[in-house]
Amino acid sequence: MSNARSARMSLKQGEVYVWISGAAVTLTLLIAATLIVVVLVNGLGFYWPKDLVTVTLADGTRLLGEVLEHEPIPERGATRSLYKVGNRDLYGADFRWVDDADVRARERAPEAVALERAEFGNFYGFLAELRLAGLDAPPAADPWQRLEWARREVARRHEAIAQAQAALSVVNRRMQSLAGRIQTLRYQGAADDDALLAELEAQRASALAEFDRQNRPLLEQVATLRAHAVLLRDVAGTEQAVPLLDIVRAWRPNRMGLWAKAGFYAGKLGELFTGEPRESNTEGGLFPAIFGTVLLVIIMSLFSVPMGVVAAIYLHEYAREGWLVRVVRIAMYNLAGVPSIVFGIFGLGFFVYGVGAGVDALFFAERLPTPTFGTGGILWASLTLALLTVPVVVVATEEGLSSVPRGMREASLALGSTQLQTLLRVVMPMAAPGVVTGFILAMARAAGEVAPLMITGVVKLAPTLPIDGEFPFVHLDRKFMHLGFHIYDVGFQSPNVEAAKPMVYMTTLLLVLIVLILSIVGVYLRNSMRKRFQGAAF
Amino acid sequence: MEETLNSTATLQAGVAPEAGQPGAAPESEAPYLIEVPDPIIAIKDFNLFYGHKQALHNITVSIPRKTVTAFIGPSGCGKSTLLRSLNRMNDLVDSVTAQGSLTLDGMEINSGAVDVIELRRRVGMVFQSYNPFPKSIYENVVYGLRIAGVRERRLLHEAAERSLRGAALWDEVKDRLNDPALGLSGGQMQRLCIARAIAVNPEVILMDEPCSALDPIATARIEDLIFELQNDYTVIIVTHNMQQAARVSKYTAFLYLGELIEFNETDITFTHPERRKTQDYITGRFG
Repeated sequence: MSNARSARMSLKQGEVYVWISGAAVTLTLLIAATLIVVVLVNGLGFYWPKDLVTVTLADGTRLLGEVLEHEPIPERGATRSLYKVGNRDLYGADFRWVDDADVRARERAPEAVALERAEFGNFYGFLAELRLAGLDAPPAADPWQRLEWARREVARRHEAIAQAQAALSVVNRRMQSLAGRIQTLRYQGAADDDALLAELEAQRASALAEFDRQNRPLLEQVATLRAHAVLLRDVAGTEQAVPLLDIVRAWRPNRMGLWAKAGFYAGKLGELFTGEPRESNTEGGLFPAIFGTVLLVIIMSLFSVPMGVVAAIYLHEYAREGWLVRVVRIAMYNLAGVPSIVFGIFGLGFFVYGVGAGVDALFFAERLPTPTFGTGGILWASLTLALLTVPVVVVATEEGLSSVPRGMREASLALGSTQLQTLLRVVMPMAAPGVVTGFILAMARAAGEVAPLMITGVVKLAPTLPIDGEFPFVHLDRKFMHLGFHIYDVGFQSPNVEAAKPMVYMTTLLLVLIVLILSIVGVYLRNSMRKRFQGAAF
Repeated sequence: MEETLNSTATLQAGVAPEAGQPGAAPESEAPYLIEVPDPIIAIKDFNLFYGHKQALHNITVSIPRKTVTAFIGPSGCGKSTLLRSLNRMNDLVDSVTAQGSLTLDGMEINSGAVDVIELRRRVGMVFQSYNPFPKSIYENVVYGLRIAGVRERRLLHEAAERSLRGAALWDEVKDRLNDPALGLSGGQMQRLCIARAIAVNPEVILMDEPCSALDPIATARIEDLIFELQNDYTVIIVTHNMQQAARVSKYTAFLYLGELIEFNETDITFTHPERRKTQDYITGRFG
């Protein structure tokens, strides 16, 4: 009885609702925190070098590898473990599930060596022999030190060759520009016996010969370098030679101390941020995807923020409130709710096939039927996202404009300023925090969108960045990589799912991190602006 | 007192059915007007409507040059509306229409040929709530000059000092002209707004209840300042506070329900009002 009354009382006083809303907030925070922690643990933990263990099974087979996880087998009440055994070229698969009941012996293998290779994933085994064709004998006696020395030597020579090849790019560029001129001439209808055309063709042939002449010895040198190899023996005794040039990293996890492991970890993270992807994106770095994502968001903002701000100023400051303005506003709010894939399809139809094809016909006709702007690219993807985010900017800017007290506008107008002067000198500075809020929301939304990008220019692997050292330096027609698409591609389109898992987590982490950094910068900017205007509202 | 006045006004508005009809006067008695020497502003048969609602009825009055004139009356009587008509601040409100004549030195204020920017430079305004811009003290004062295109630093400095001295604020802020204006006290901010208004050298300064947000000490300073200002400017002040009107103004106009009831020298208005309504209002009751 008294319980019922106290329950009624607390219902009446609204205490229950406080609890319900508190629980809702807690739940939301918990979900967000869980997501971040799962991503952090799985992503960041992966690159820490794990010990290599030798396992002897009941049937006598032996394995060498890292233990990744244990899990129960529900129907049998037993457990099993996942081993990364590497050596994909020998075993076919580099991961293996083992019933823990089958394990007879498990021990650390102190001499075990792990190699990260440019192809076929990791190799786990033991050093057998160093085969150096024509290199001076390494000064050290210890096989590991000899390997390290030889790798450094090979890397040094390879670097020299790479520099020579980079110098060849001058010839390469001349060839490309000649090819472009020939294409233009042919498009303009030059006959095969045209004198200029023949001259250009001859120049191109000589440039090609020059390129070949200089490049061939370099290629031969690389082939020689590839002959230097290390012979390894896997746990079953199978021998495998690995060219030193193919080794990305070599380490002996069981002999590494804490600092060595930390150094290794830092190296892996560094590669992640600055390196190119390898092995169908499951290894290597994410740099092109990071670059693409950030550039996409920047170009998107360049279009969407000015457009949204100007639209909001018109709607709020100039347009007379009436049914038309109301319809425009409702239409815009609805635009914010349209599925992003619809924007993607619009972008494809309007920008790529419409505007892009027009641009090609006007400026790049000589390259047709190969499209330049008439195919997906970072410009069209950015514009599509800009359309998607304009409503967000408009709404936030309008809110900022409404927050400017009427007294400010009146004070300015009463001093003899025009509406435009009032807008630029008084209203906009005070509404700037609202604009920045719109900017933050737009960026966060754009960075996370994937669907519209998939049909307007994102690719699994882009050979070049949209900005590089090649004239005219900014190539807005180029296709690009994107972290969001990378998650989808590596996670769901990869042939080697287990190997791709850590990369998916790391990509997610990076994407979240980028959005977080952009937001923090935006919020900081907005707060410092607000501080300037504090006390201005009454 | 404020409360009583408000409720009375509402009551009166409620029982006056003619109030909604354009041109119809709720009171047959003609307003009591005196002629002033050398008027700068002449208002003649001025009517103003918010949509279909008439806010001002046939106002006719002349405002003398370089003196302080007070508009008094209960809330909603139209005194602020009349004031804001003088520099066309009512243009900012949609659905306002005006009839009749408002002239500033013979120039028709509401004429389409008038440059409203130029008009507002000649007729400055100080608002009820102090509203300095979120800029420095200096930038607030020179705002009107900057938007008028003055770039020369010397001119700006001179104008800033002259205006701040004119608004009796110079001694308090001369060492911190670049500090944010929003760090000043309420009374200082209102004086800054006055300085900002006089920086552009207006002929008329309109003040819409300039002291209603201030404490008594700050109010006293502003009142002294208003009294000083009439040496150089024509000041029109709207106030609820009759003592204030009595202290600062030389002429007083009493408005009631959108009509001008009486316009006379302040001393006479407050001691020997000609109209019954005026007397009722200044003695705090309505008949």
